[in-house]
Amino acid sequence: MSDSIKMTYTVSDTDFTRAGEASSDVKKRLRQMGCDPEVIRKVAIAMYEGEINMVIHANGGEIEVEITPEDITMVLKDKGPGIPDIEKAMQAGYSTAPENVRALGFGAGMGLPNMKKYSDEMNIETTVGVGTTVTMKVHQ
Amino acid sequence: MTIKEVQEALGARFVSGEQWADREVHMACGSDMMSDVLAFVKDRAVLLTGLCNPQVIRTAEMMDVVAIVFVRSKKPDEQMIELAEEREIPLICTGHRMFSACGILYEKGLRGGADYERLH
Ligand SMILES: Nc1ncnc2c1ncn2[C@@H]1O[C@H](COP(=O)(O)OP(=O)(O)OP(=O)(O)O)[C@@H](O)[C@H]1O
Ligand SMILES: [Mg+2]
Repeated sequence: MSDSIKMTYTVSDTDFTRAGEASSDVKKRLRQMGCDPEVIRKVAIAMYEGEINMVIHANGGEIEVEITPEDITMVLKDKGPGIPDIEKAMQAGYSTAPENVRALGFGAGMGLPNMKKYSDEMNIETTVGVGTTVTMKVHQ
Repeated sequence: MTIKEVQEALGARFVSGEQWADREVHMACGSDMMSDVLAFVKDRAVLLTGLCNPQVIRTAEMMDVVAIVFVRSKKPDEQMIELAEEREIPLICTGHRMFSACGILYEKGLRGGADYERLH
């Protein structure tokens, strides 16, 4: 489709202070495109939580974003440890984040529930020892 | 309430972004856990936190927070100030602790939004 835009971001886990740059860029672009502020906020929060998870739990990875007039699709791929029990991980308050991550303001166990809440569709594919791919869609 | 009135009520000082002090604040939230902050979208909120790293600014950016108050005299560094200025988010610094800072603003009429009803 001609009016679809695709972006790819590499998320590095070496510099925590830069985590969120990809989400920030997507937010800026959506704003420039004149998207509905409510849609922008949903995309920004869902993607930011996912991006942070890649940094703190999975040694970084790659994010693909596709914007069409109908929806915004985010695919977050990492080669981290995988999630052994998705149902448990999805529960509000469940977190395996170590103390040093909590000291940075993360590890409330609210990230995945937030992603579920702010996206209109969400799918997690994960294999322990191989990695995790989270796909989220927000309708325009 | 305006950002300036928040700053005055707390006897706080602007670290940056004073030029946006006249903007309206509709509600407030206080937390040191960023995903807790992100759990409920707030309209024109001021964020109070004792956490001081660039992710505070990013969290505020994603939520369209109008200003950030750092409690317990936490001082944002140059990188944080730069990030916040790009996003037109004023940074305010107060010596009050979280409980007192929230209490003062609550007394002035600021509320936490509809979160309570939604949680129960
Ligand atoms: N990409 C990932 N790779 C491996 N494990 C993950 C990944 N994302 C989430 N998890 C696991 O799922 C748990 C719950 O994730 P969630 O984002 O809800 O909470 P958190 O990241 O621990 O804390 P918060 O998001 O509130 O800062 C994590 O603690 C972690 O064990
Ligand atoms: Mg998380």
